[in-house]
Amino acid sequence: MAELQESLVTEDMGTRKGVWSDGRRAPPIARSDIRRWAIATYWPEEPPRIYWDDEYAATTRYGSIIAPPDFNPFAWPVQRMRTPPGAAAAPDGRRLTSMNGGQTDTYGEPMRADDVITSRSRLRDWEERQGRNGLTLFVYNETEWRNQDDKLVRLRVSTGVQFEAGHKR
Amino acid sequence: MTVKVFYNDVNVGDEMPAWSRQTDFMHWNRYAAVNDEFVPFHMDDEAGRKANNEQGAFGMGNLRYAYIVNALQDWIGDEAEIREVGCQYRAINQKHDVLTVTARVTDKKQDGDANLIFLETNVVNQEDQGTCPGHAVLVLPQRP
Repeated sequence: MAELQESLVTEDMGTRKGVWSDGRRAPPIARSDIRRWAIATYWPEEPPRIYWDDEYAATTRYGSIIAPPDFNPFAWPVQRMRTPPGAAAAPDGRRLTSMNGGQTDTYGEPMRADDVITSRSRLRDWEERQGRNGLTLFVYNETEWRNQDDKLVRLRVSTGVQFEAGHKR
Repeated sequence: MTVKVFYNDVNVGDEMPAWSRQTDFMHWNRYAAVNDEFVPFHMDDEAGRKANNEQGAFGMGNLRYAYIVNALQDWIGDEAEIREVGCQYRAINQKHDVLTVTARVTDKKQDGDANLIFLETNVVNQEDQGTCPGHAVLVLPQRP
């Protein structure tokens, strides 16, 4: 029988808390990426014209095609980011199951074709609770996106849920 | 240019028109292709079962989030804006689930020039199970 974990918080988390990562820059947003994103997320219905029709978009308050708010310009990087060490292991090295617990996005400037978005992230905070999966660690990460004019595009607070592997959901 | 919803016309308790999708690999694979989200348990039944989901592969949380955003955007149109959307992933999106985004107005207030509408949201499956409770803040134009 596994011993009860006293805490799933690692020393590394304490070091990283509140420290912004180096900025990452996405390639310029391509119009066809916007169109494809909209088609995929509205499938099988036709996506709104603001995402693909120049003529229509010019009549709106945006004046041009914009990307859906949830569009991800960082998809398909040539070089893959590595998961920070210790992100899914308990202090004693035991493997943890990690799940996406949710997110809150606050939106600023819309993304447009040719925008270049820069991202930086930090570990904001965490809390531990006993739940149906045993001791569970909720990790809150903050990611900020800005465009080439340094205007805030999106602030995401995401919740990562970690618990000892082997607990049934 | 069409305004679909005016701030003045929205009241606390109003519900957004329901917005639904039946999801399966046709939807998940398209989303994986644009978001580069080729996680085995979204792609393959065996990998899904290994991840403790007996029914096999399951849908992406990010796609459910996209459905919430799309439902809100379809409701308010292009002359209004989504200021904030948040959700928690509480249940799995199984293959062939019919997911319906719901939203109910909980508050409205003016903050400077912004006419804000606050909503509680969810993504409900065909068994009427809320899979993704959350909230949204919208900025709507005022009727002239």
